[in-house]
Amino acid sequence: MNGVHDMGGMHGMGSIVREADEPVFHEPWEGRVHALNRALGALGKWNIDAGRHARERILPADYLRMTYYEKWLAALVMQLEESGLVTAAELQSGRPTPGATKARPPLTADQVAATGSERGWFERPVNAPPRFAVGQPVRTKKINPTGHTRLPRYARGRIGIIDRVHGAHVLPDSNAHFRGEDPQHLYSVRFSARELWGEEAAPRDSVYIDLWESYLDPA
Amino acid sequence: MEDHADQHPHQELPSDPALRVQALESLLVEKGLVDPAALDALIDTYEHKVGPRNGARVVARAWADPEFKKRLLADATAAVAELGYVSQGHEHLVAAENTPECHNLVVCTLCSCYPWPVLGLPPVWYKSAPYRSRAVIDPRGVLRELGVELDENVEIRVWDSTSEMRYLVVPERPAGTEGMSEEELAALVTRDAMIGTAKVKPPGGPA
Repeated sequence: MNGVHDMGGMHGMGSIVREADEPVFHEPWEGRVHALNRALGALGKWNIDAGRHARERILPADYLRMTYYEKWLAALVMQLEESGLVTAAELQSGRPTPGATKARPPLTADQVAATGSERGWFERPVNAPPRFAVGQPVRTKKINPTGHTRLPRYARGRIGIIDRVHGAHVLPDSNAHFRGEDPQHLYSVRFSARELWGEEAAPRDSVYIDLWESYLDPA
Repeated sequence: MEDHADQHPHQELPSDPALRVQALESLLVEKGLVDPAALDALIDTYEHKVGPRNGARVVARAWADPEFKKRLLADATAAVAELGYVSQGHEHLVAAENTPECHNLVVCTLCSCYPWPVLGLPPVWYKSAPYRSRAVIDPRGVLRELGVELDENVEIRVWDSTSEMRYLVVPERPAGTEGMSEEELAALVTRDAMIGTAKVKPPGGPA
């Protein structure tokens, strides 16, 4: 979707403010939100792409106003409701629906200790060989899907060179909408800064973007 | 229909985020969906167990051991697994080497993708609109603003993390570090140097 989250190349966002000795979480609730997101993900009701898409669906004005973990919290509540794990009435009352059966948490502290910060593996076996080879020029499609995609607006309809073939990965455009993983070959594509931004860009600079096969045509 | 703008989160929970999260967690625990001990363990992982010290040890090993550096640049997931920070098959990692001719910079313009096992959770500025919007269109301006002056002949490669591949910059080893141990080298490597928004300073210089 052409949302405000897709901000590569936008102007007017201000200067970059670095905080010295920044804590991992600024408030205890931020840590709880981060952990809740991970623990609830283990229920398997959604996936990493659906989670990203939920954050993208926050209204643009809210998206820009909210802090990072406020966005995570809003998206988490959205996913809890949409998946049916929690009802609007339960959010209203703060109590489980009377008589509801109690579930068993899928993620335990022992499992956390075993998996640490690893998020999983997104490469999948596919039968078809990669359509493109390293060094081959490709043009990104000019598409404007209303759903989730990882082809940024600033790189649509542009010519780049295949720099690396990563293997076949889960396609976010499909997975985010629970239409299956539809694994496709994933490529690192090198775009010259001038192809993306015009003649004022430095002549030798480039941007590398990971792009799925269905985003690309031969150029 | 893929436009769910009409399905916005309800605002019944308290508006103060701390109270809101507390109420939500208590509801989820009562429903048996989350175990508070698992939440504590997750927070402990990110506050105390993973962080840029992991990445710094990877970089120091690459500086000290040319064969490791070759493996790291060829297959960072496997090379970092040797040090125990990821297990093979659980994180997709690519290492990009800075040289006098080429400077690498990592961003995620679409969200906040970042190599957690080697750098921990990203700082606020990395996830902020200014950095996400500007890194791809004006990397030189961004670097200048963050105190990194690059000669105009230096090629800049910006890595936009649009997939589950994660990028780690291997900064240039500074002069005056010959004969230092891996541990001493690792102490020089900063988080920002591994994002590409800083250079590693020689030992003994101004901080």
